[in-house]
Amino acid sequence: MAAYILKRLLLMIPIFLGITVISFAVLHLAPGAPTEMQTMMQPKVSLEARARLNAIYGLDKPLHIQYFDWLKRLVRFDFGRSFSSDNRPVQEKIMERLPVTLFINILSLVLILVVAVPIGILSAVHRYSLFDKATTLFVFVGFATPTFWLALLLMLVFGVHLDWLPISGLKSLNYEYLGFWGKVVDLGRHLILPVLLSAFGGLAGLSRYMRGNMLEVIRQDYILTARAKGLPEKVVIYKHALRNALLPVVTVLGLSIPGLIGGSVIFESIFAIPGMGQLFYGAVMARDYPVVMGELVIGAVLTLTGNLVADISYALVDPRIRVR
Amino acid sequence: MLLVWGCFALIFSPACSRPEGSSETPGHPAEAGPPCYGDTLITGSIGEPSNLIPILASDSASHEVAGLIYNGLVKYDKNLKLVGDLAESFEVSRSGLVITFHLRKGVRWHDGQPFTAADVLFTYKTMVDPRTPTAYAEDFLQVEKAEVLDPYTFRVTYKKPFAPALASWGISILPRHLLEGRDIMKSPLVRHPIGTGPFIFKEWKAGEKVVLTYNPDYFEGRPYIDRFIYRVIPDSATMFMELKAGGIDSMGLSPLQYARQTEYRKFKENFNKYRYPAFAYTYLGFNLEDEKFRDRRVRQAISYAIDRGELIEGVLLGLGQEATGPYKPGTWAYNSNVKQYPYNPVKARELLQKAGWRDPDGDGILDKGGIPFRFTIITNQGNDTRARTAEIIQRRLKEVGIDVKIRIMEWAAFIKEFIEKKAFEATILGWTISQDPDIYDVWHSSKTRPGELNFISYRNTEVDALLEKGRRTFDQGERRKIYWRIQEILAEEVPYVFLYVPDALPVVQARFKGIEPAAAGITYNLIKWYVPKAEQRFKLKAES
Repeated sequence: MAAYILKRLLLMIPIFLGITVISFAVLHLAPGAPTEMQTMMQPKVSLEARARLNAIYGLDKPLHIQYFDWLKRLVRFDFGRSFSSDNRPVQEKIMERLPVTLFINILSLVLILVVAVPIGILSAVHRYSLFDKATTLFVFVGFATPTFWLALLLMLVFGVHLDWLPISGLKSLNYEYLGFWGKVVDLGRHLILPVLLSAFGGLAGLSRYMRGNMLEVIRQDYILTARAKGLPEKVVIYKHALRNALLPVVTVLGLSIPGLIGGSVIFESIFAIPGMGQLFYGAVMARDYPVVMGELVIGAVLTLTGNLVADISYALVDPRIRVR
Repeated sequence: MLLVWGCFALIFSPACSRPEGSSETPGHPAEAGPPCYGDTLITGSIGEPSNLIPILASDSASHEVAGLIYNGLVKYDKNLKLVGDLAESFEVSRSGLVITFHLRKGVRWHDGQPFTAADVLFTYKTMVDPRTPTAYAEDFLQVEKAEVLDPYTFRVTYKKPFAPALASWGISILPRHLLEGRDIMKSPLVRHPIGTGPFIFKEWKAGEKVVLTYNPDYFEGRPYIDRFIYRVIPDSATMFMELKAGGIDSMGLSPLQYARQTEYRKFKENFNKYRYPAFAYTYLGFNLEDEKFRDRRVRQAISYAIDRGELIEGVLLGLGQEATGPYKPGTWAYNSNVKQYPYNPVKARELLQKAGWRDPDGDGILDKGGIPFRFTIITNQGNDTRARTAEIIQRRLKEVGIDVKIRIMEWAAFIKEFIEKKAFEATILGWTISQDPDIYDVWHSSKTRPGELNFISYRNTEVDALLEKGRRTFDQGERRKIYWRIQEILAEEVPYVFLYVPDALPVVQARFKGIEPAAAGITYNLIKWYVPKAEQRFKLKAES
């Protein structure tokens, strides 16, 4: 087992380097350098001023040198300084925003699990029932609905017309003056819509996946055996079948991390939440290379870790994988 | 002056405006009783400021916020006249080479230190220091000598007369005692500015908001409003909903929001909408190195074939006016008496025929030497008004026998790969109009290198000479003659088809009184805005 984990860990190094090379190349191939985004089409900015800015940011060096400079810093966990005019260390910029994004994503993961798994089980057990058909419909509608559109619709209904929930942001303006419970309630009210929305898409996929797995397992011989033994249906479903059906679902959940981070870009922009997604969007638009690379590295590490955990948990329960 | 690519960035910027009689003044401006202190103004912005040392920032959000924290030596007043700000008065020598500023006495930085001419000299030195990553050094590199005569007198001498020089001293003056001898890029002032302005920086929550509080010590008197909050809301639809739900007090509206989504009673009771021409125009520019557009008659024909009234109606929902040149109607540099091109397809076809474009094969598209008249208009993504403008122009040109294709591209690729490399036939773009009429960078023939702004390659020796003279002339009457002549030439030659000047459409919550739309827009007198006691929404808690 230790050998397997070691092998997987070592394999992650070239994958990680590959990711950074490709990200770096794609980023620099896209038209428009950060200094150009700042100075383009501005009469007060001469070509010489642009060249000066390029030199200050080291953008006048060949691309591979720039990459190795970046990599050298990365080894020391230094992501460099942002090219946007605030020039702050990238770590600082990301770290002040990472908690918000992680928090919302974890909440929405929990929500997905709590809702999708029961839906999946019930619709598998009562296959082709009214409930199954209704959830199937609901789930496909949910899958097909553009998140940003639904978000705006919910904001309009709950924020503007009913005035039940705040529309955007994370905290009210008087947040500092609230007591502890006041703060919790305020934060909670702000979180309802974003968490719901970010969970919405995942809900559809996962509940279908859960249903499929469950149907697969129910057909197995050991379930037939369990039923033949005369075990009550509840025990058959929730003990024997569920445990086996749940495992791949947890793995899929681990693999959905990059998707969630990608989704953050959209809902953080719509809900004006000061998280990583919003930072990423702004950085891409301004071609702020160090920030974009920093975020991509964190995304890559999270994804690779997710994969690793998934693989290890598989290996733990399924000896065949270890041998391969 | 910079290129406009999103309409929101500029709509609420202090640089916009002009009443032009058309300003839809809200119903109840004066009856509000005496001004009183208190309450908070929350403004929504799509972009977040990047750096609150304004000389280092090139985004409008940074300048908007920093503009309330810092002062320049001079500023534009409500009628767009240059007046003293930190300078009590100033003199320009007869030769135009020497400017002497007499500074206000008793002005203090927000940390209590006195403001003196040493701060001004320091700001100048920072601007010209090659290690300062500023995009605005150009105007200051023209300075030959800058000197402090006494703590309240500052003098600059120029190598040659430079008319935009005086306005360039509107730049934010920085505190020497906090910045001298330190790396300005790493200064704490980047995120915690200390200025002399009407508002004091309080806090900045990344991605969320910037909070300013009133400066009790401000030299023009403290602002009536206690707090100014700049909320970052990246999505414009979200921002509009926040406005309606009371989350923000002011924003810039789109024409659609102004004309169709805010015309109901409840909105009108709660908000005052303002409307005045923005400092910007949209144009159709031709690549003059393209064989098709070399002939002036062809360009004139296209100008006749486009119905500007229809564009304004269809694209701006009537919220704009026709443009006849690169200046804003109503400003002193604007010349209304130039050649006009009212919609006239018959005349357009005549001119095209004279230029040799005929339709012998009867396919509805004109040909010359066997080559059909086809070209592509390119414009940038994310600006629906430009895309729609292109579509309407496409249809009108089809009617006179010109086949137009439209291509819409992401901003960076659009500028980098097509505009800067001059790899285009025609483009729809916009310029913001600066208060100083100097347009050397856009029209002078020396500015046609790749990456420079005369990307249509316009070359006219008379215009060149006039632009050079305009920069050297200080007298407004003399300058007006120069720029009026330039407008006549541009109208005759049609290097651009000037299309329209859109309206700025800010909206402010109705509890704010004292807003007086003027040539400079509405935000020029922000410190005089107030909310009657009974209507105040936020109470500032006592600071501990």
